[in-house]
Amino acid sequence: MTKKYLLGLVLTIIFIVSLSIPMVPFPQHWYEFPIIPGLEEKARNIFFHVPMAWVSVIAFITSLVYAIQFLRKKNSLDDIKSASAAEIGLVFCFLATVTGAIWAKFNWGMFWNWDPRQTSIFILLLIYGAYFALRSAIDIEEKRATLSAVYAIIAGLTVPFFIFVMPRITTGLHPGSGGDPNGNGPLFQSKGMASNMRVLFYLSSIGFCLLYFWMWNLRVRIQKIALTQEEKSFHE
Amino acid sequence: MKSVLALFLKDVSSEMRTRYALNALVMFVVTSIAITLFAIAAETSSSLVLAGVLWILIFFSSMSGLSRTFVSEEERGTTLLLQLLAIPSVIFRGKLLFNILLMMFLNLITVLLYLLLVEDFIVKNFGIFSLTIFLGTLCLATSSTILAAIVAKANTKGTLYPVLSFPILLPLLVSVISLTKLAVEGAEWTKTIQDFQVLISYLAIALTASLLLFDFIWKE
Repeated sequence: MTKKYLLGLVLTIIFIVSLSIPMVPFPQHWYEFPIIPGLEEKARNIFFHVPMAWVSVIAFITSLVYAIQFLRKKNSLDDIKSASAAEIGLVFCFLATVTGAIWAKFNWGMFWNWDPRQTSIFILLLIYGAYFALRSAIDIEEKRATLSAVYAIIAGLTVPFFIFVMPRITTGLHPGSGGDPNGNGPLFQSKGMASNMRVLFYLSSIGFCLLYFWMWNLRVRIQKIALTQEEKSFHE
Repeated sequence: MKSVLALFLKDVSSEMRTRYALNALVMFVVTSIAITLFAIAAETSSSLVLAGVLWILIFFSSMSGLSRTFVSEEERGTTLLLQLLAIPSVIFRGKLLFNILLMMFLNLITVLLYLLLVEDFIVKNFGIFSLTIFLGTLCLATSSTILAAIVAKANTKGTLYPVLSFPILLPLLVSVISLTKLAVEGAEWTKTIQDFQVLISYLAIALTASLLLFDFIWKE
């Protein structure tokens, strides 16, 4: 019971701190962040945008793992877990797209310019949109579970290409793409990120991950209750 | 292998009897090329844009044709009989062979008509162009066949198929379009290596995943 309040408290503190901490050119104290050239105050978005994108990847991986598990054991609980993870992953993916688009507007000049990263996240949204379109097109539960698991696996094979490969080899505006002077790795590993910033960043990532697992757990429990209720009414 | 061939011949002969898919698909190709011609009219468009348009035509004609093989089995109620007669991997390979042949034939018509009728579309390096069409068709047929098997079991077959296929086919479409552009520009072969590598690895992944996962779909 207290765990969720604790999580809420931690996330609130992270939100307040990441929005209010001063950003100065030459930080003297531990509570000041250095200014990253080219990002300035907009760099605060890194505490929200990046963890959201990570969480969506984690969610999609969970969904893939439980899809494989379902095909192996045909346990309907695995299907519930897989579908719920995909649902929450889609929500976080959408949030990452929106925060990314807002960031792009103020850094690159427009909300959407088909940067390789934007293309790949758009395709992710399409894939999981198609996944739910497929789920809603099949009435029989077991059939739906099997077919959507197969689709999740086939789609899951192309996902790493879009998340990890394509944005790194093609040139683009997003940090970490090919041709970036800071090297083609994520921004938080580059030299521009101070250590106190990094601590807050990791805290925020952990907070968002815990939020995801809490939401996922709730969703799975709700679905489970719905399933048992359905079976009960079927027997009566 | 013998049973794969037998299944393939069964599909060919049942297609030849009605020519349902073939007639409809050829008409689809002709109509869509006509629409493209109307849209372009007297404008001079660059070959690079036309290279993209060619793949739009190919994508949608394959989307309207490739689901037939599995959907027709469901509609005629012959799925159960096939399940009794042959093991899943044989069925998949037979259907795949049929789809590849159908797609090769259709794309040949599309490309020939396109080259003849769209005057602004000039290909400078025919070697790259033909290899792209060949490999692209192979990849398209492979990953569409497994998706056709999924779609055949769902309720809304027609609309769902392109929705499911597009994200899966996108890495393929991106590289075939860039290859076609290179062929139009008359680029050297060395420039195309990266894209051809993507195509070949895509084909390998799609084929492996399909063979592994088809059992689960077919038994539903």
